[in-house]
Amino acid sequence: MNERRLLLIGAAASVVWRPALATPESMLTAINTFTGGAAVRDGRVKLDLSPLVENGNTVPVTVSVPGFDAAQVRRLALFTERNPQPEVAVFTLGPLTGRAQVATRMRLATSQTVVALAQMADGSVWRQRVDVVVTLAACVEGG
Amino acid sequence: MSTLRVIVTAPTSARVGEVVEIRALAQHPMETGYRRSSEGEILQRDLLRRVECRFEGELVFAADLHAAIAANPYLAFHLKLPRSGTLTITWAGDRGVAHSESVRITAT
Repeated sequence: MNERRLLLIGAAASVVWRPALATPESMLTAINTFTGGAAVRDGRVKLDLSPLVENGNTVPVTVSVPGFDAAQVRRLALFTERNPQPEVAVFTLGPLTGRAQVATRMRLATSQTVVALAQMADGSVWRQRVDVVVTLAACVEGG
Repeated sequence: MSTLRVIVTAPTSARVGEVVEIRALAQHPMETGYRRSSEGEILQRDLLRRVECRFEGELVFAADLHAAIAANPYLAFHLKLPRSGTLTITWAGDRGVAHSESVRITAT
């Protein structure tokens, strides 16, 4: 077996080892599970996320529904297009939440689109998408 | 069952009806289950899956977390204080992790 062939096998193996990234299609499936099939409209929900992220391991993110009473918002959710899994988090707001605003820190495996959704008490679902460029990706592989 | 090191930031007193911010931070690796060790073995998934915050038993906020949440999960949310009472935050996750932290908030 010559050296070139070994290299090829090595390259193929490293591709196999890499976990499959989510695709825009798998994100749509995950979003559909969240919405229960309700139509998704742009607006109302606000996703605060830096468009240029230096470190994908810990990315501050805030989801809110400004201008609406918290009682009108049932759930907030975050999805990604190209992390290993499309789901990031689902936040349920109870009757004692005074403001429809949640902040957390997430991981980004690569530059991609992040989607925030808000499900209102009337069942309608609202969306904002943010395109993010990541310079140091979250380490998905060995550390 | 194991416990966690957590930090909960909440005011000890507030006016009735005031909206206050609650911040909860837990020390946890949030191992995704996609990474490999330097020996090439898959590191088993170890995530916090659910965080719940209740005021005197009534739900304030709940979060279902996935692997895309950063290590040491941080959550900031809000409470509209109805009266004096105890705020309890619980964390639950893989490997039987369960932890609960309570804060007393006095209405003024």
